[in-house]
Amino acid sequence: MNDLLEVLRQAITLLLERDSATWEITRLSLYVSGAALGLSTVAGLPLGALLALRSFRGRRLLVALIYTGMGLPPVAVGLCVYLLLSRSGPLGDLEWLFTPQAMILAQTIISLPVVAGLTMTSIQGADPALRVQLRALGASPLQVTMALLWEVRSGVLVALIAGFGAIISEVGAVMLVGGNIAGSTRVLTTAIVLETRKGQFDLALALTFVLLALTFAINMGTLLLQQRLTRR
Amino acid sequence: MLRNVSKRYGKRTVLHIDRLTIHAGRTLAILGPSGAGKSTLLRLLNFLETPDTGQIEYDGRLIVHGRLPLTTLREVTTVFQRPLLLDTTVWQNVAYGLRLRGRVEREAVVAALQQVGLDRLDRVSARILSGGEAQRVALARALVIKPRVLLLDEPTANLDPANVTIIEEVIQRLRREGTTIVIVTHHLFQARRLADDVALLMDGALIEAGSGEQIFQQPRDPRTAAFIEGRMVY
Ligand SMILES: Nc1ncnc2c1ncn2[C@@H]1O[C@H](COP(=O)(O)OP(=O)(O)OP(=O)(O)O)[C@@H](O)[C@H]1O
Ligand SMILES: [Mg+2]
Repeated sequence: MNDLLEVLRQAITLLLERDSATWEITRLSLYVSGAALGLSTVAGLPLGALLALRSFRGRRLLVALIYTGMGLPPVAVGLCVYLLLSRSGPLGDLEWLFTPQAMILAQTIISLPVVAGLTMTSIQGADPALRVQLRALGASPLQVTMALLWEVRSGVLVALIAGFGAIISEVGAVMLVGGNIAGSTRVLTTAIVLETRKGQFDLALALTFVLLALTFAINMGTLLLQQRLTRR
Repeated sequence: MLRNVSKRYGKRTVLHIDRLTIHAGRTLAILGPSGAGKSTLLRLLNFLETPDTGQIEYDGRLIVHGRLPLTTLREVTTVFQRPLLLDTTVWQNVAYGLRLRGRVEREAVVAALQQVGLDRLDRVSARILSGGEAQRVALARALVIKPRVLLLDEPTANLDPANVTIIEEVIQRLRREGTTIVIVTHHLFQARRLADDVALLMDGALIEAGSGEQIFQQPRDPRTAAFIEGRMVY
Protein backbone atom coordinates (compact mmCIF):
# COMPACT_ATOMS: atom_id res chain seq x y z
CA MET A 1 0.00 0.00 0.00
CA ASN A 2 2.77 2.37 0.95
CA ASP A 3 4.54 1.48 -2.24
CA LEU A 4 1.51 2.36 -4.27
CA LEU A 5 1.15 5.70 -2.55
CA GLU A 6 4.81 6.34 -3.19
CA VAL A 7 4.31 5.61 -6.89
CA LEU A 8 1.39 7.97 -6.95
CA ARG A 9 3.40 10.67 -5.27
CA GLN A 10 6.22 10.16 -7.68
CA ALA A 11 3.93 10.24 -10.68
CA ILE A 12 2.54 13.57 -9.57
CA THR A 13 6.01 14.93 -8.89
CA LEU A 14 7.08 13.82 -12.34
CA LEU A 15 4.22 15.64 -13.93
CA LEU A 16 4.78 18.73 -11.83
CA GLU A 17 8.45 18.98 -12.64
CA ARG A 18 8.52 21.72 -15.19
CA ASP A 19 11.21 20.42 -17.49
CA SER A 20 10.09 16.88 -17.07
CA ALA A 21 9.99 14.82 -20.21
CA THR A 22 6.84 13.14 -18.93
CA TRP A 23 4.59 15.88 -20.20
CA GLU A 24 6.18 15.67 -23.59
CA ILE A 25 5.78 11.90 -23.65
CA THR A 26 2.17 12.06 -22.51
CA ARG A 27 1.37 14.78 -25.00
CA LEU A 28 2.86 12.74 -27.85
CA SER A 29 0.95 9.63 -26.77
CA LEU A 30 -2.29 11.59 -26.90
CA TYR A 31 -1.36 13.27 -30.16
CA VAL A 32 -0.43 10.06 -31.97
CA SER A 33 -3.30 7.96 -30.70
CA GLY A 34 -5.76 10.84 -30.99
CA ALA A 35 -4.81 11.50 -34.60
CA ALA A 36 -4.97 7.80 -35.42
CA LEU A 37 -8.42 7.55 -33.83
CA GLY A 38 -9.53 10.66 -35.74
CA LEU A 39 -8.46 9.12 -39.03
CA SER A 40 -10.04 5.80 -38.09
CA THR A 41 -13.29 7.57 -37.28
CA VAL A 42 -13.39 9.53 -40.50
CA ALA A 43 -12.81 6.36 -42.51
CA GLY A 44 -14.32 3.77 -40.16
CA LEU A 45 -17.82 5.18 -39.62
CA PRO A 46 -18.62 5.42 -43.35
CA LEU A 47 -16.96 2.07 -43.98
CA GLY A 48 -18.91 0.38 -41.17
CA ALA A 49 -22.15 1.94 -42.39
CA LEU A 50 -21.43 0.88 -45.96
CA LEU A 51 -20.80 -2.70 -44.90
CA ALA A 52 -23.94 -2.77 -42.79
CA LEU A 53 -26.28 -1.18 -45.31
CA ARG A 54 -25.12 -2.10 -48.81
CA SER A 55 -24.49 -5.36 -50.52
CA PHE A 56 -21.79 -5.34 -53.14
CA ARG A 57 -19.19 -7.65 -54.57
CA GLY A 58 -16.35 -8.33 -52.20
CA ARG A 59 -18.36 -7.28 -49.18
CA ARG A 60 -17.94 -10.57 -47.40
CA LEU A 61 -14.21 -10.62 -48.04
CA LEU A 62 -13.95 -7.09 -46.67
CA VAL A 63 -15.89 -8.08 -43.54
CA ALA A 64 -13.61 -11.07 -43.04
CA LEU A 65 -10.59 -8.82 -43.41
CA ILE A 66 -11.98 -6.38 -40.88
CA TYR A 67 -12.71 -9.11 -38.37
CA THR A 68 -9.15 -10.34 -38.84
CA GLY A 69 -7.89 -6.79 -38.46
CA MET A 70 -9.71 -6.41 -35.17
CA GLY A 71 -7.40 -8.96 -33.63
CA LEU A 72 -4.23 -8.05 -35.45
CA PRO A 73 -1.08 -8.09 -33.26
CA PRO A 74 0.24 -4.52 -33.18
CA VAL A 75 3.77 -5.76 -33.65
CA ALA A 76 2.75 -7.36 -36.96
CA VAL A 77 1.27 -4.08 -38.13
CA GLY A 78 4.43 -2.35 -36.96
CA LEU A 79 6.60 -4.67 -38.99
CA CYS A 80 4.54 -4.18 -42.16
CA VAL A 81 4.52 -0.42 -41.80
CA TYR A 82 8.25 -0.55 -41.08
CA LEU A 83 8.90 -2.42 -44.32
CA LEU A 84 6.58 -0.06 -46.19
CA LEU A 85 8.38 3.03 -44.93
CA SER A 86 11.97 1.77 -44.84
CA ARG A 87 14.45 3.34 -47.26
CA SER A 88 14.00 0.63 -49.85
CA GLY A 89 10.26 0.21 -49.18
CA PRO A 90 7.53 1.44 -51.53
CA LEU A 91 6.85 4.50 -49.37
CA GLY A 92 10.47 5.06 -48.41
CA ASP A 93 10.56 8.42 -50.18
CA LEU A 94 8.21 9.87 -47.58
CA GLU A 95 10.99 9.54 -45.00
CA TRP A 96 8.40 8.87 -42.34
CA LEU A 97 10.19 6.09 -40.52
CA PHE A 98 10.96 7.01 -36.89
CA THR A 99 8.59 9.99 -36.99
CA PRO A 100 5.19 10.51 -35.36
CA GLN A 101 3.61 10.21 -38.82
CA ALA A 102 4.76 6.62 -39.05
CA MET A 103 3.30 5.93 -35.61
CA ILE A 104 -0.01 7.52 -36.58
CA LEU A 105 -0.11 5.43 -39.75
CA ALA A 106 0.53 2.20 -37.86
CA GLN A 107 -2.02 2.96 -35.15
CA THR A 108 -4.61 3.96 -37.73
CA ILE A 109 -4.21 0.53 -39.31
CA ILE A 110 -4.73 -1.04 -35.89
CA SER A 111 -7.80 0.96 -34.86
CA LEU A 112 -9.58 1.30 -38.20
CA PRO A 113 -10.86 -2.30 -38.30
CA VAL A 114 -12.04 -2.01 -34.70
CA VAL A 115 -13.98 1.19 -35.37
CA ALA A 116 -15.39 -0.02 -38.71
CA GLY A 117 -16.26 -3.49 -37.45
CA LEU A 118 -18.04 -2.38 -34.29
CA THR A 119 -19.85 0.40 -36.17
CA MET A 120 -21.05 -2.19 -38.65
CA THR A 121 -22.42 -4.52 -35.99
CA SER A 122 -24.08 -1.61 -34.17
CA ILE A 123 -25.96 -0.58 -37.28
CA GLN A 124 -26.86 -4.16 -38.06
CA GLY A 125 -28.38 -4.34 -34.60
CA ALA A 126 -30.86 -1.58 -35.42
CA ASP A 127 -34.32 -2.57 -36.59
CA PRO A 128 -34.11 -3.07 -40.38
CA ALA A 129 -37.59 -1.63 -40.73
CA LEU A 130 -36.26 1.70 -39.50
CA ARG A 131 -34.29 2.17 -42.72
CA VAL A 132 -37.44 1.71 -44.74
CA GLN A 133 -39.27 4.11 -42.46
CA LEU A 134 -36.62 6.81 -42.83
CA ARG A 135 -36.60 6.36 -46.58
CA ALA A 136 -40.38 6.72 -46.64
CA LEU A 137 -40.05 10.01 -44.81
CA GLY A 138 -37.92 11.23 -47.69
CA ALA A 139 -34.38 10.62 -46.45
CA SER A 140 -31.62 10.39 -49.03
CA PRO A 141 -29.23 7.44 -48.62
CA LEU A 142 -26.77 9.72 -46.84
CA GLN A 143 -29.48 11.02 -44.53
CA VAL A 144 -30.56 7.46 -43.75
CA THR A 145 -26.97 6.60 -42.83
CA MET A 146 -26.59 9.66 -40.62
CA ALA A 147 -29.86 8.98 -38.82
CA LEU A 148 -28.94 5.35 -38.23
CA LEU A 149 -25.51 6.28 -36.87
CA TRP A 150 -27.23 8.65 -34.50
CA GLU A 151 -29.80 6.04 -33.58
CA VAL A 152 -27.05 3.59 -32.55
CA ARG A 153 -24.86 6.29 -31.03
CA SER A 154 -24.12 4.22 -27.93
CA GLY A 155 -22.63 1.49 -30.07
CA VAL A 156 -20.67 3.97 -32.13
CA LEU A 157 -19.21 5.44 -28.96
CA VAL A 158 -18.19 1.96 -27.85
CA ALA A 159 -16.55 1.47 -31.25
CA LEU A 160 -14.51 4.65 -30.75
CA ILE A 161 -13.55 3.73 -27.20
CA ALA A 162 -12.47 0.26 -28.26
CA GLY A 163 -10.49 1.71 -31.15
CA PHE A 164 -8.75 4.13 -28.83
CA GLY A 165 -8.11 1.46 -26.22
CA ALA A 166 -6.45 -0.70 -28.83
CA ILE A 167 -3.86 1.95 -29.64
CA ILE A 168 -3.21 4.04 -26.54
CA SER A 169 -1.98 0.93 -24.74
CA GLU A 170 -0.20 -0.56 -27.73
CA VAL A 171 3.58 -0.79 -27.70
CA GLY A 172 4.68 -3.14 -30.49
CA ALA A 173 3.88 -0.93 -33.45
CA VAL A 174 5.02 2.42 -32.06
CA MET A 175 8.24 0.84 -30.85
CA LEU A 176 9.08 -0.55 -34.28
CA VAL A 177 8.13 2.36 -36.50
CA GLY A 178 8.80 5.16 -34.02
CA GLY A 179 12.02 3.88 -32.52
CA ASN A 180 11.38 5.33 -29.04
CA ILE A 181 13.58 8.34 -29.69
CA ALA A 182 13.67 10.68 -26.73
CA GLY A 183 12.04 14.01 -27.48
CA SER A 184 10.61 12.95 -30.82
CA THR A 185 8.93 9.55 -30.87
CA ARG A 186 8.88 8.40 -27.27
CA VAL A 187 5.39 7.70 -25.98
CA LEU A 188 4.13 6.38 -22.66
CA THR A 189 4.20 2.71 -23.53
CA THR A 190 7.66 2.73 -25.09
CA ALA A 191 8.99 4.82 -22.20
CA ILE A 192 7.62 2.27 -19.76
CA VAL A 193 9.40 -0.53 -21.58
CA LEU A 194 12.64 1.44 -21.60
CA GLU A 195 12.56 2.39 -17.92
CA THR A 196 11.71 -1.17 -16.92
CA ARG A 197 14.66 -2.47 -18.92
CA LYS A 198 16.91 0.05 -17.25
CA GLY A 199 15.73 -1.16 -13.86
CA GLN A 200 14.06 2.18 -13.12
CA PHE A 201 10.95 0.53 -11.73
CA ASP A 202 9.75 3.61 -9.86
CA LEU A 203 9.75 5.65 -13.01
CA ALA A 204 8.19 2.84 -15.01
CA LEU A 205 5.41 2.51 -12.44
CA ALA A 206 4.83 6.24 -12.39
CA LEU A 207 4.51 6.32 -16.17
CA THR A 208 2.16 3.36 -16.04
CA PHE A 209 0.08 5.25 -13.54
CA VAL A 210 -0.12 8.21 -15.89
CA LEU A 211 -1.20 5.91 -18.72
CA LEU A 212 -3.88 4.27 -16.60
CA ALA A 213 -5.14 7.57 -15.24
CA LEU A 214 -5.35 8.90 -18.78
CA THR A 215 -7.35 5.98 -20.13
CA PHE A 216 -9.57 6.00 -17.09
CA ALA A 217 -10.32 9.69 -17.49
CA ILE A 218 -11.10 9.27 -21.16
CA ASN A 219 -13.35 6.29 -20.58
CA MET A 220 -15.10 8.04 -17.74
CA GLY A 221 -15.69 11.07 -19.93
CA THR A 222 -17.11 8.88 -22.67
CA LEU A 223 -19.39 7.12 -20.25
CA LEU A 224 -20.78 10.45 -19.09
CA LEU A 225 -21.21 11.51 -22.71
CA GLN A 226 -23.00 8.28 -23.47
CA GLN A 227 -25.40 8.83 -20.62
CA ARG A 228 -26.12 12.34 -21.78
CA LEU A 229 -26.72 11.22 -25.34
CA THR A 230 -29.11 8.45 -24.39
CA ARG A 231 -30.87 10.18 -21.56
CA ARG A 232 -34.66 10.74 -21.52
CA MET B 1 -51.02 3.54 -61.83
CA LEU B 2 -49.69 0.01 -61.64
CA ARG B 3 -49.43 -2.26 -64.66
CA ASN B 4 -48.62 -5.97 -64.43
CA VAL B 5 -46.73 -5.35 -61.25
CA SER B 6 -45.51 -8.32 -59.30
CA LYS B 7 -43.29 -8.82 -56.30
CA ARG B 8 -41.48 -11.97 -55.27
CA TYR B 9 -39.72 -12.84 -52.07
CA GLY B 10 -37.42 -15.70 -52.84
CA LYS B 11 -39.40 -17.98 -55.12
CA ARG B 12 -42.77 -16.93 -53.80
CA THR B 13 -44.77 -14.36 -55.68
CA VAL B 14 -46.60 -12.49 -52.94
CA LEU B 15 -48.20 -9.88 -55.14
CA HIS B 16 -49.38 -9.76 -58.70
CA ILE B 17 -51.52 -6.91 -59.90
CA ASP B 18 -52.58 -6.62 -63.54
CA ARG B 19 -53.79 -3.10 -63.29
CA LEU B 20 -54.64 -0.71 -60.53
CA THR B 21 -55.19 3.00 -60.81
CA ILE B 22 -55.00 5.25 -57.82
CA HIS B 23 -56.82 8.47 -58.55
CA ALA B 24 -55.24 11.71 -57.48
CA GLY B 25 -57.12 13.51 -54.76
CA ARG B 26 -59.21 10.48 -53.84
CA THR B 27 -59.03 8.00 -51.00
CA LEU B 28 -58.60 4.34 -51.76
CA ALA B 29 -59.22 1.67 -49.13
CA ILE B 30 -57.42 -1.61 -49.56
CA LEU B 31 -59.15 -4.55 -47.98
CA GLY B 32 -58.03 -8.11 -47.73
CA PRO B 33 -57.15 -10.92 -45.40
CA SER B 34 -53.91 -11.11 -43.52
CA GLY B 35 -50.96 -11.98 -45.71
CA ALA B 36 -52.74 -10.83 -48.85
CA GLY B 37 -49.91 -8.51 -49.77
CA LYS B 38 -51.40 -5.21 -48.67
CA SER B 39 -48.29 -3.93 -46.90
CA THR B 40 -46.16 -5.11 -49.81
CA LEU B 41 -48.33 -3.08 -52.17
CA LEU B 42 -47.84 0.04 -50.04
CA ARG B 43 -44.07 -0.42 -50.08
CA LEU B 44 -44.17 -0.57 -53.86
CA LEU B 45 -46.36 2.53 -53.99
CA ASN B 46 -43.87 4.41 -51.82
CA PHE B 47 -41.04 3.32 -54.15
CA LEU B 48 -39.39 1.50 -51.25
CA GLU B 49 -39.09 -1.74 -53.14
CA THR B 50 -38.49 -2.60 -56.75
CA PRO B 51 -41.17 -4.65 -58.47
CA ASP B 52 -39.89 -7.82 -60.11
CA THR B 53 -42.06 -7.27 -63.15
CA GLY B 54 -44.32 -4.58 -64.49
CA GLN B 55 -44.37 -0.84 -64.28
CA ILE B 56 -45.37 1.80 -61.85
CA GLU B 57 -46.41 5.10 -63.27
CA TYR B 58 -46.60 8.09 -60.99
CA ASP B 59 -48.12 11.36 -62.09
CA GLY B 60 -47.76 10.29 -65.73
CA ARG B 61 -44.09 9.39 -65.34
CA LEU B 62 -42.65 5.92 -65.35
CA ILE B 63 -40.79 5.13 -62.16
CA VAL B 64 -37.30 3.84 -62.79
CA HIS B 65 -35.95 2.38 -59.59
CA GLY B 66 -32.42 3.36 -58.77
CA ARG B 67 -33.01 6.59 -60.63
CA LEU B 68 -35.86 7.87 -58.57
CA PRO B 69 -35.56 11.60 -57.98
CA LEU B 70 -35.56 12.51 -54.30
CA THR B 71 -38.23 15.11 -55.02
CA THR B 72 -40.59 12.38 -56.24
CA LEU B 73 -39.84 10.15 -53.27
CA ARG B 74 -40.58 13.08 -51.01
CA GLU B 75 -44.09 13.58 -52.38
CA VAL B 76 -45.17 10.22 -50.98
CA THR B 77 -44.96 8.92 -47.44
CA THR B 78 -46.22 5.99 -45.43
CA VAL B 79 -47.46 5.51 -41.90
CA PHE B 80 -46.46 1.92 -41.32
CA GLN B 81 -48.39 -0.82 -39.61
CA ARG B 82 -45.85 -0.86 -36.79
CA PRO B 83 -44.86 2.67 -35.79
CA LEU B 84 -41.09 2.97 -35.56
CA LEU B 85 -39.92 6.14 -33.95
CA LEU B 86 -36.44 7.55 -33.61
CA ASP B 87 -34.81 7.36 -30.21
CA THR B 88 -35.31 11.03 -29.40
CA THR B 89 -38.13 13.34 -28.33
CA VAL B 90 -41.61 13.38 -29.80
CA TRP B 91 -40.89 16.83 -31.14
CA GLN B 92 -37.73 15.74 -32.95
CA ASN B 93 -39.55 12.77 -34.39
CA VAL B 94 -42.25 14.95 -35.88
CA ALA B 95 -39.74 17.53 -37.09
CA TYR B 96 -37.58 14.88 -38.76
CA GLY B 97 -39.22 14.97 -42.19
CA LEU B 98 -38.92 18.74 -42.30
CA ARG B 99 -35.28 18.61 -41.20
CA LEU B 100 -34.53 16.25 -44.07
CA ARG B 101 -35.95 18.84 -46.41
CA GLY B 102 -33.94 21.58 -44.77
CA ARG B 103 -36.85 23.51 -43.36
CA VAL B 104 -37.95 23.13 -39.77
CA GLU B 105 -41.04 25.21 -39.20
CA ARG B 106 -41.96 25.35 -35.55
CA GLU B 107 -45.57 26.17 -36.27
CA ALA B 108 -45.93 23.25 -38.64
CA VAL B 109 -44.65 20.84 -36.02
CA VAL B 110 -46.93 22.29 -33.37
CA ALA B 111 -49.90 22.12 -35.73
CA ALA B 112 -49.24 18.50 -36.61
CA LEU B 113 -48.92 17.57 -32.94
CA GLN B 114 -52.13 19.42 -32.15
CA GLN B 115 -54.02 17.59 -34.87
CA VAL B 116 -53.24 14.28 -33.22
CA GLY B 117 -53.74 15.68 -29.72
CA LEU B 118 -50.16 15.26 -28.57
CA ASP B 119 -48.92 18.84 -28.36
CA ARG B 120 -48.42 18.45 -24.63
CA LEU B 121 -46.11 15.49 -25.00
CA ASP B 122 -43.73 17.21 -27.41
CA ARG B 123 -40.70 17.08 -25.11
CA VAL B 124 -41.18 13.53 -23.96
CA SER B 125 -38.94 10.72 -25.17
CA ALA B 126 -40.52 8.65 -27.90
CA ARG B 127 -39.34 5.57 -26.02
CA ILE B 128 -41.91 5.89 -23.25
CA LEU B 129 -45.00 6.36 -25.42
CA SER B 130 -47.93 4.00 -25.34
CA GLY B 131 -48.88 2.15 -28.52
CA GLY B 132 -51.68 4.56 -29.36
CA GLU B 133 -49.51 7.61 -28.72
CA ALA B 134 -46.70 6.21 -30.85
CA GLN B 135 -49.16 5.53 -33.66
CA ARG B 136 -50.35 9.13 -33.47
CA VAL B 137 -46.78 10.48 -33.47
CA ALA B 138 -46.13 8.41 -36.58
CA LEU B 139 -49.17 10.02 -38.20
CA ALA B 140 -48.10 13.53 -37.14
CA ARG B 141 -44.64 12.86 -38.54
CA ALA B 142 -46.21 12.11 -41.91
CA LEU B 143 -48.71 15.01 -41.79
CA VAL B 144 -46.07 17.62 -41.15
CA ILE B 145 -44.43 17.11 -44.52
CA LYS B 146 -47.74 17.66 -46.31
CA PRO B 147 -47.37 14.75 -48.71
CA ARG B 148 -49.24 14.64 -52.00
CA VAL B 149 -49.82 10.96 -51.44
CA LEU B 150 -50.28 9.49 -47.98
CA LEU B 151 -50.17 5.74 -47.51
CA LEU B 152 -51.64 4.41 -44.28
CA ASP B 153 -51.11 0.81 -43.22
CA GLU B 154 -53.80 -0.13 -40.70
CA PRO B 155 -53.44 3.20 -38.90
CA THR B 156 -56.06 2.34 -36.31
CA ALA B 157 -55.34 -1.31 -35.65
CA ASN B 158 -55.16 -2.08 -31.92
CA LEU B 159 -56.34 1.37 -30.91
CA ASP B 160 -59.14 2.36 -28.56
CA PRO B 161 -62.20 4.17 -29.96
CA ALA B 162 -60.96 7.58 -28.85
CA ASN B 163 -57.70 7.17 -30.74
CA VAL B 164 -59.54 5.79 -33.76
CA THR B 165 -61.72 8.89 -33.82
CA ILE B 166 -58.73 11.24 -33.62
CA ILE B 167 -56.99 9.49 -36.49
CA GLU B 168 -60.08 9.25 -38.65
CA GLU B 169 -60.74 12.96 -38.18
CA VAL B 170 -57.25 13.73 -39.40
CA ILE B 171 -57.77 11.51 -42.43
CA GLN B 172 -61.07 13.21 -43.21
CA ARG B 173 -59.43 16.62 -43.06
CA LEU B 174 -56.66 15.51 -45.42
CA ARG B 175 -59.30 14.14 -47.78
CA ARG B 176 -61.05 17.47 -47.88
CA GLU B 177 -57.73 19.16 -48.54
CA GLY B 178 -57.22 16.96 -51.58
CA THR B 179 -54.47 14.64 -50.42
CA THR B 180 -54.37 11.34 -52.27
CA ILE B 181 -54.77 8.66 -49.62
CA VAL B 182 -54.39 4.90 -49.69
CA ILE B 183 -55.52 3.24 -46.50
CA VAL B 184 -55.14 -0.42 -45.65
CA THR B 185 -57.78 -1.52 -43.21
CA HIS B 186 -59.53 -4.58 -41.88
CA HIS B 187 -62.60 -2.60 -40.92
CA LEU B 188 -65.29 -2.53 -43.55
CA PHE B 189 -67.05 0.29 -41.78
CA GLN B 190 -63.90 2.33 -41.70
CA ALA B 191 -63.52 1.81 -45.43
CA ARG B 192 -67.08 2.97 -45.93
CA ARG B 193 -66.57 6.02 -43.76
CA LEU B 194 -63.29 7.12 -45.23
CA ALA B 195 -62.87 5.88 -48.78
CA ASP B 196 -64.04 6.95 -52.20
CA ASP B 197 -62.69 3.81 -53.83
CA VAL B 198 -62.16 0.30 -52.57
CA ALA B 199 -59.87 -2.50 -53.69
CA LEU B 200 -59.87 -6.06 -52.47
CA LEU B 201 -56.66 -8.08 -52.35
CA MET B 202 -56.47 -11.80 -51.76
CA ASP B 203 -53.46 -14.04 -51.98
CA GLY B 204 -51.51 -11.32 -53.72
CA ALA B 205 -54.09 -10.83 -56.44
CA LEU B 206 -56.40 -7.90 -57.00
CA ILE B 207 -59.88 -9.35 -56.83
CA GLU B 208 -61.86 -6.24 -57.50
CA ALA B 209 -61.46 -2.49 -57.47
CA GLY B 210 -64.02 0.21 -57.91
CA SER B 211 -65.88 3.00 -56.24
CA GLY B 212 -67.01 2.36 -52.69
CA GLU B 213 -70.67 2.39 -53.70
CA GLN B 214 -70.16 -0.14 -56.42
CA ILE B 215 -68.07 -2.50 -54.31
CA PHE B 216 -70.37 -2.41 -51.34
CA GLN B 217 -73.68 -2.44 -53.22
CA GLN B 218 -72.98 -4.39 -56.39
CA PRO B 219 -69.83 -6.41 -56.02
CA ARG B 220 -69.02 -8.17 -59.29
CA ASP B 221 -66.84 -10.89 -57.86
CA PRO B 222 -68.48 -13.49 -55.63
CA ARG B 223 -65.42 -13.38 -53.36
CA THR B 224 -65.92 -9.67 -52.83
CA ALA B 225 -69.54 -10.29 -51.94
CA ALA B 226 -68.51 -12.98 -49.50
CA PHE B 227 -65.84 -10.75 -48.00
CA ILE B 228 -68.07 -7.74 -47.41
CA GLU B 229 -70.87 -9.85 -46.04
CA GLY B 230 -68.45 -11.25 -43.55
CA ARG B 231 -68.88 -14.79 -44.85
CA MET B 232 -65.19 -14.97 -45.58
CA VAL B 233 -63.35 -16.44 -42.68
CA TYR B 234 -59.87 -15.07 -42.28
N1 LIG C 1 -39.37 -9.04 -46.67
C1 LIG C 1 -40.09 -10.16 -46.89
N2 LIG C 1 -39.48 -11.33 -47.13
C2 LIG C 1 -40.17 -12.45 -47.35
N3 LIG C 1 -41.49 -12.53 -47.35
C3 LIG C 1 -42.17 -11.40 -47.12
C4 LIG C 1 -41.52 -10.17 -46.87
N4 LIG C 1 -42.46 -9.22 -46.66
C5 LIG C 1 -43.64 -9.86 -46.79
N5 LIG C 1 -43.48 -11.15 -47.06
C6 LIG C 1 -44.56 -12.13 -47.28
O1 LIG C 1 -45.44 -11.60 -48.23
C7 LIG C 1 -46.78 -11.91 -47.89
C8 LIG C 1 -47.60 -10.64 -47.88
O2 LIG C 1 -47.17 -9.84 -46.80
P1 LIG C 1 -47.82 -8.44 -46.44
O3 LIG C 1 -47.11 -7.91 -45.28
O4 LIG C 1 -47.85 -7.60 -47.65
O5 LIG C 1 -49.29 -8.89 -46.04
P2 LIG C 1 -50.49 -7.99 -45.49
O6 LIG C 1 -51.60 -8.11 -46.46
O7 LIG C 1 -50.03 -6.63 -45.18
O8 LIG C 1 -50.88 -8.76 -44.16
P3 LIG C 1 -51.40 -8.18 -42.74
O9 LIG C 1 -52.82 -7.84 -42.89
O10 LIG C 1 -51.21 -9.31 -41.80
O11 LIG C 1 -50.54 -7.01 -42.41
C9 LIG C 1 -46.76 -12.61 -46.55
O12 LIG C 1 -46.97 -13.98 -46.77
C10 LIG C 1 -45.37 -12.36 -46.03
O13 LIG C 1 -44.90 -13.48 -45.33
MG1 LIG D 1 -49.70 -5.59 -43.47
